[in-house]
Parts: sequence; structure tokens; C-alpha cells
Amino acid sequence: MNPALAQQLIDSAYIVATVFFILSIKWLSSPTTARRGVLVGEIAAALAVIATLSNPELTQYKWIIISLIIGAAVGIPLGMVQMTAVPQRTALSHAFGALSAAMIGIAEYYVGVGHLTRFGMGEIGLEVIIGSLTFTGSVIAAGKLQEILPQRPIVYKGQNIVSLSVLAGALLLAVALVVNPSNTILFPIMVVVALLFGVLLVTPIGGADMPTVISLLNSYAGFSAALLGFVLNSKVLVVAGALDGSSGFILSVIMCKAMNRSFTNVMFGAFGQVQTSSAAAEETRTVRSASAEEAAGILAAANKVAIVPGYGMAVAQAQHKVRELYDALTKRGVDVRFGIHPVAGRMPGHMNVLLAEADIPYDRLIEMDDMNSDLPQTDVALIIGANDVTNPAARSDTSSPIYGMPILDVDKARTVMVIKRSMNPGFAGIDNPLYYFDKTLMLFGDAKGFVGDIVRELSGTNSH
Amino acid sequence: MPSDFLSNLYVFILAGFVGFELIKRVSPLLHTPLMSLTNALDAIVVIAAIIIAGRHETRLSTILGLIAVAASFSNMVGGFFITDRMLRMFKTGKQPKKP
Repeated sequence: MNPALAQQLIDSAYIVATVFFILSIKWLSSPTTARRGVLVGEIAAALAVIATLSNPELTQYKWIIISLIIGAAVGIPLGMVQMTAVPQRTALSHAFGALSAAMIGIAEYYVGVGHLTRFGMGEIGLEVIIGSLTFTGSVIAAGKLQEILPQRPIVYKGQNIVSLSVLAGALLLAVALVVNPSNTILFPIMVVVALLFGVLLVTPIGGADMPTVISLLNSYAGFSAALLGFVLNSKVLVVAGALDGSSGFILSVIMCKAMNRSFTNVMFGAFGQVQTSSAAAEETRTVRSASAEEAAGILAAANKVAIVPGYGMAVAQAQHKVRELYDALTKRGVDVRFGIHPVAGRMPGHMNVLLAEADIPYDRLIEMDDMNSDLPQTDVALIIGANDVTNPAARSDTSSPIYGMPILDVDKARTVMVIKRSMNPGFAGIDNPLYYFDKTLMLFGDAKGFVGDIVRELSGTNSH
Repeated sequence: MPSDFLSNLYVFILAGFVGFELIKRVSPLLHTPLMSLTNALDAIVVIAAIIIAGRHETRLSTILGLIAVAASFSNMVGGFFITDRMLRMFKTGKQPKKP
């Protein structure tokens, strides 16, 4: 086959792949067509890879095949992780994506150096900076999510100035390279400074902000791939990168809104740090607690129950017990629905996946706004491992650090039950006035054990 | 400005709009699979990595290319795999349960 024809065939394959990518995301919009979306995505990826391997420019295959095998050997186990570990897997995949984009950009620089245009150098510089900082940032995020690194924000005085100076340094080096692209000493320094900035960017961000950070890193990883498409003049990369980048961007906006925070606040605010001032004085207020037997009685007598799960439920591995509770109540004719806050879990949509894994039908998983319009007609709201997303102070207390954050209005339900280990404030260290309401019953204990006890009580009364 | 840059910019802007319109419609139920799927699609950088590694221009570019091949291909394989695994878990209450 002559090279020109081969190139045309390869380009056609890329066009088909691009169309399939768009269809893939289109079909992901609903659970009924989503798996078809994955299938066309796989076909597109396979087509593009096979077309590329048939490129006549390639002179060696052995090492490429070996690298592909290594990639598959790493990717498959990472695809088999538990659902609780999906956030760290995702962060790691952002790291890998950014790593490969950065590596290719660096290789392009060294291959092209000597005949790079200033414009081309600018593209490579920006691409390598974003790729590098996303790589180290994502590795740190994965480390925090895996709890290898401390979850609490790590802060020091003057931190923001230091971080921003490092970023400015990387950008200045890129500008210097645009002025003189052949200055090969500056290039590796620029890469190292960008890598350092990635570390500084994510280290001060606390665990509670991980859903936003992971989305933002997703967006950076996408945009670095799109920029690589500019560098290599590859439209399929531009499209795939733009889709991934805009997806990450939209998710970050949704996450920010769900926490009533701005991007700058997430990046520079170090949330979950300094707010316990008002809580201490109110320790003496009384709470009402109940036993599993009483809780089971109230739940069994209800018509409508709303369960509000938080990440604490997943930490306690209680989702399968929650499923048993759902079954037991549904069998008695109780209408059970799950209210899902957008930031429940550690990445966007995480709670839905955790509950779906426990075989809870997805039509029972209700978004926050829909749930809120239904909560006033709900008999019992049962909160398992969630705290801040149910805190009514977010609506009323202007001094609260979470004031303005949209919450699930569980206090509108007739009875509120909260499963909690103790009265210690939650992840962000904010006191929750909900626990002191007259209609609130505290169910003290481990989530998994307590839900198990309720299920046992329910099945016990059933057999009479 | 080079003409390649402008045509790429057109594509980027249009794809950005398409992405925005499509992703807005994805149910929040599926935001986690969305992220892992777009990640797998993004791993298409593997094709650029294969070209860099396979052209064998310098030793350095080949090594960097091979690292990129392994890193992006692991995302491609793992991303599609875990997305499908997650989506298989999403069932409605009406479907008959498997024994």
C-alpha cells in the first residue's frame, strides 16, 4: 500500500473514532443506554489503536507491544478495585493520563529542538506544564484518598504566596523558552518546577474537598491531552481532550455549587481547619437516643422513609446491611427512598455507585432537589454516616462555615433518626443542631452493627 | 498564527460545546462512571505515544514514548473495564433478580 493511501485510511479511522467518542458520552446519559456507550467507546479506541499500529512510519514494534502488555497488566487490576477505592483509582488514572501527555510533550521538545517555532514552543511549554502539575497533583490526591498521606489540609503561613510564585516561575521559564526555544537547560528546570507546583497545589486541600479536586484534576488531564492534540496537530486528541476537559470542568462546578464554595476558595481556602468555636459552649444540650428495637418499631409503622447515606456508611461497610433494611421495609409496604447529596462520597456520583453495588435499585436513588420536595411528606428520615449535608445551620446560621451550602432538609420529616458513633462533630468539625431537635432520635453505634440490629428486630416481629 | 493552530482551535471549541451539552444531560446517578469513561476516552493519547515510540528518532524520545504507551494504555483498558463493571451494577427494581 502506498504511504499516502495508508495515511488516508488511518485518518478515516480516526474520524470514525471521534464520532464514536461523542456517541459514547451521549449514550452514557441514562442507565438504560450507558453500557452501549462503553461498547462504542471500546470499539473507537480499538479502531484508533489498530490504525495507529499500521502506520508505515513505525520502525519498531517489539517494545511497543511490551509496553502495551505492561499497560494492560497495570490497568486490569486497577479496573477491579472495590467501589470504595474508585476515587483513588480515578485520581491515579488522572495521574497516568497527565504523565503520558507530559512525556509525549517532552519527547516532542527534544526531537524538535533546533527547528521549533516560537509558537510551537509555547504550545509545548503550556502542555508540559499542565501535564506535569496534573501528574504530581493527582498522585498526591490519590495518596490522600488512599490515606497514605494525611487527609487533613497541610497548611503553613504564606503558603499561597509560595505556591503562586512557583507557578509563576514555571510560566516565566516557559516564556524564556519561547524567546529562545533552543535553551535546553531551561526546559528540564521548567518541568521540575511544574511538578513541584502540582504537589503544592493539592497538599493543602482537605479530604472534604476531594470531590471538587478530583473533578478539577480530571479537567486538567483532559485539557493537557487537548493541548497535546494542538502540538501534534491531531484532531482526535483535541476532541477527546476537549470532551474530558469539559466533563471535568462541569463536574467541578457542580461540586463547588453543592458545597457553596468558589474555585478559589477550594484551592486556597483549606477547609475543615479552624471552625469549632461555637460548638464547645453547647455541649451540655440534651439529645434523645433510642434503641434498635424502638427504631425498628418507628420504621415499621412509617409509610414513607428517606434514608440519607454519607461516606461514613461506606467506611463502616454498612451498605449491604442497608440493602437488607431496604428489603425488610419494602416487604412491609414501606416506601423507602435514598436521598443523595451531590458531594456524598469522595467523588461525584460515588454514593450512587456504592448503593448500586449493594443491589439497591437505581430508581430508588433520588437527587437532592427531588428528595427535598418530598421530605415534608416523609415520616422518617434515617441518616447513616452523613453529617454536614443534613446540617440545618447551613440554611439559618450565617456564622456557620457551611452557611449557604445546599442540604437535604431532613429536619422537615416527621421524625429524624441519626446513626452515629458518638456526639463527636464530623469530618469538617462543625456542630450539627439537628441532633438536639425534639423530633430527632440518636441511634448510637456502629453503622453496620446498628442497621443489622434494626433488620433483626424487623424480621423478629415479622415471625410472630 | 499558524493555520494548523486555527483549525485545531475550531475543533477544540466545537468539541467543547458538544461536550458541555452532552455532559450536562448525564444523570448525576452516573457521574462516577462518566469520569471513568471520559478518562478511558482521553487515553487515546496512546496513539500519539505509539507514534513517538515507534518512529525511534532518539533514544530519549523512544523511552519517553514507551512510558507514555504503558501509562495511557493502562487507563484505556482499566477505564473501560471499571466503567462497565459499575454500569452492570445499576439495576431497576423491576428486573427479575438472578438467583
